Amino acid sequence: MAGLSPEDLEAFGLTLRLAGAVTVLLLLLGAPLAWWLARTRSPLQRLVAAVVALPLVLPPTVLGFYLLLLLGPQGGVGQLMSRLGLSLLPFTFGGLVVGSMLYSLPFVVQPLHNAFEAIGEGPLEAAACLRAGPLDRFWSIALPMATPGIVTAAVLGFAHTVGEFGVVLMIGGNIPGQTRVLSMRIYDHVEASEYAQAHTLSLLLLAFSFAALLAMTLLRPRVRANV
Amino acid sequence: MSGASVDEPRGLVAALTQSRGALKIAFDAALPGRGVTALFGPSGAGKTSCLRMIAGLDRQAVGELRFGAETWQDSRRRIFVPPHWRKVGYVAQAPSLFEHLDVAGNLDFAWRRAGAPARLDRDGLIDQFGLGGLLSRRVGALSGGERQRVAIVRALLSDPSLLLLDEPLSGLDGAAREDLLGRLEALHARLAIPMIYVSHAIDEVARLANHIVLLDAGQVVTQGPLNATVTRLDLPPALIEAAGAVIEGAVTAHDPADHLTELTFDGGTLFLPGDRARVGQRLRCRVAARDVALTTERQSGGSALNQLACRVVAIGDADHPSQCLVQLAAGGTMLLARITRRSSRTLDLQPGSHVWAQVKATALGA
Repeated sequence: MAGLSPEDLEAFGLTLRLAGAVTVLLLLLGAPLAWWLARTRSPLQRLVAAVVALPLVLPPTVLGFYLLLLLGPQGGVGQLMSRLGLSLLPFTFGGLVVGSMLYSLPFVVQPLHNAFEAIGEGPLEAAACLRAGPLDRFWSIALPMATPGIVTAAVLGFAHTVGEFGVVLMIGGNIPGQTRVLSMRIYDHVEASEYAQAHTLSLLLLAFSFAALLAMTLLRPRVRANV
Repeated sequence: MSGASVDEPRGLVAALTQSRGALKIAFDAALPGRGVTALFGPSGAGKTSCLRMIAGLDRQAVGELRFGAETWQDSRRRIFVPPHWRKVGYVAQAPSLFEHLDVAGNLDFAWRRAGAPARLDRDGLIDQFGLGGLLSRRVGALSGGERQRVAIVRALLSDPSLLLLDEPLSGLDGAAREDLLGRLEALHARLAIPMIYVSHAIDEVARLANHIVLLDAGQVVTQGPLNATVTRLDLPPALIEAAGAVIEGAVTAHDPADHLTELTFDGGTLFLPGDRARVGQRLRCRVAARDVALTTERQSGGSALNQLACRVVAIGDADHPSQCLVQLAAGGTMLLARITRRSSRTLDLQPGSHVWAQVKATALGA
């Protein structure tokens, strides 16, 4: 094993920043989406649920490839962004955030969806009869009662983003300080036959993943198993 | 049949329908603006569905619903007031407490959203329902009876205009049931708002209700003031269990030696077992049709302690071909007697006949 080089540390910091940003954004977007999935009677529900689950089965390179096309200068989103005077997303940190959010979406939405469903109608109906409107019920009943699910979603979303490779490879490139995350760095080390450095970083990720899962199990209240 | 008139301030007028699988529910009722109305019927009659339609928890319900001057639902005019604007206190059969809050948190959830109205005696209610020692408990650690009490007080603290209780006693064992029934009686005595009480146990209804709506197979069979309704002769077989008088009177004396309580009502005097209530207090007692025997003369050699002079009002069919139901008037109070057709023939009972109703005191509850 070798110590961490400045480049390794930079990749480490970038990875934490990326995973943090993705987790926060996904929780903010995923909570309303999961709430809608759990409550709606719309015929679109199953379709949307399937789309949300798609990254579970899709090879990350496929997702990354289409994102590259879509966000690139010839892609629909890319052209729209150019016309609005925005810089293109591929090979930037912003692009990584967008790609990672799509990739980790099901890992955040599904635990939230399950947690919201596990609450059942009873507490929400009781709250409604105590004069709590829909938004009030979401804030003061659904979110607090779904806390274990929110913890699970955050841990899974964070850990999954830390470990991604394929999407980063396709739309991130390997730009130091911009898009060179830990998993890329490990790949570089192996390519350069720097097994000791690869070993250090790999062990770091292994320990982190294990700690995340352990924390998740410990944080979950034992009485309720609604996730 | 007396019900709510349109201008009664807290009267409820409902004409709602809903399909639940094979069961078609039609709830047509006019309920008075004060006192307790029982929704009574066998299991599966649609009682809970009716209560949920009133609370606004079933959006599939179609029809009209008015509470006092407010329209809560009018499907033709596309009006549907959601539950959080209806000001109903709804306590489900298995009440959903908020598991992430303690007992005080559950109560305050309602109290805060009602704007902490000063005229509601929060501490008094907590006391009355014996929750004082439970306030800091997690709701997961409560017994069934405690959960019901928390849910009822929580509903009351939301300052409702109408209280809906769905079989609050059904999941409770003997002691807890008697305890909560006593507390509900006390609540009834001082509650200013109307209460709708779903039950399939006629003894609860007899103790609490002023008005009754009888439901069978999703339909309202009949409705009206309690005693006038449960002494009708035309109740369907599924509701025959309800048949029998509920007599309300004042306690006039106690006999401590014989452990008897004397209850005087406008049709005479009844002795009840036990030392119940204080002299002067109002008390109710249910006289089931099968506990009443009829004689044409006043008896002197019998064991039945209670004899009431009655006039036969009408005679109807019972749910068994060997028997009939005799509707009696004792003063202004209606009674029912279930006797065999043979006895009816032997006594030559006709509307207008004068008879004595013999009621064993031992049948009038402990």
